[in-house]
Amino acid sequence: MKLNVNGTVHEVDAPEDMPLLWVLRDVLGMTGTKFGCGMAQCGACTVHLDGQATRSCVLPVSSVGSRMVTTIEGLSPDGTHPVQKAWAEVDVVQCGYCQPGQIMSAAALLAHHPNPTDAEIDLALAGNICRCGAYQRIREAVRAAATQRRADR
Amino acid sequence: MRRLLLLALVACTHAEPAPTPAPEAKSADPIASFATVKTVLQSPRCVNCHPAGDQPLQGDDGHAHQQFVQRGPEGRGAIGLACATCHGKANPPASYGLHMPPGVSTEWRLPPPEHRMVFAGVAARALCEQLKDVRQNGGKDSAALLHHVSEDPLVLWGWSPGTGRKPVPVAHADFVKAWKSWTDAGAPCPPQG
Repeated sequence: MKLNVNGTVHEVDAPEDMPLLWVLRDVLGMTGTKFGCGMAQCGACTVHLDGQATRSCVLPVSSVGSRMVTTIEGLSPDGTHPVQKAWAEVDVVQCGYCQPGQIMSAAALLAHHPNPTDAEIDLALAGNICRCGAYQRIREAVRAAATQRRADR
Repeated sequence: MRRLLLLALVACTHAEPAPTPAPEAKSADPIASFATVKTVLQSPRCVNCHPAGDQPLQGDDGHAHQQFVQRGPEGRGAIGLACATCHGKANPPASYGLHMPPGVSTEWRLPPPEHRMVFAGVAARALCEQLKDVRQNGGKDSAALLHHVSEDPLVLWGWSPGTGRKPVPVAHADFVKAWKSWTDAGAPCPPQG
């Protein structure tokens, strides 16, 4: 089947019921997207499907169809997406494992809602679990990214 | 003769363990027919997305939805954490195991905040009146309501809810029969209490 990932169409040979996450990591070698719980409980596997945050661990690859998949590797060509820059400036990361999912959720939030309140940030990222408890810095970075996005416009 | 009923049921289709035909469905008594309707609407498959608050419920025990999931401005979840973040276009394959987010061909959703259509814990008469009130039911007339309970994929999902969930305990055909019996008689509501 064909799969559009980060703007490149891949011909993928995989069982139809294989989760998208497995295809990304094990077939295409894109290991930036993480496996956490395997049941859409933790958010580590978050990617974008046509810009919508989506848990790739519970999504059969055959259901993706022609929708465009964006992974953390494709969020920006050089790590300069406002969310990525804010993450570095705020020094959000501790262990880092959940961060690709956190960043993808934050990027999707800001794409749909450029100026979220703290409460809205908390709701949008409530499905992304951080075992290190970096939630305060995550929220701060989302705010910083929102400010940067507005300044860039 | 008001035939304006509703039901923004979010979840109610085909079967796993064979549903038990409800005895009321065989009766021509519209009040008894409404009792069957109520049994369906207040089963976990429907109530979980027709909660009393803005947080949907999960499971056969109706516990609060994890991740603090919310109804959101349009009933499709919070901005940035839409229902579609986890709920796809079909139930995940059985091989994925238990506790997987179910899916439906249209879209997973709750009633929007403008007409919440609370089913959880609502007494029979209040539930009945709510269903018929176009100000509460999203402006659905009798035909729209019948279409919703008969054909909306999200309603039908309740009878094929995926691995580990009990389907609605009344057969869908019996539910629709009871619905028609009730509405054809003018949709009378049971007495208070």
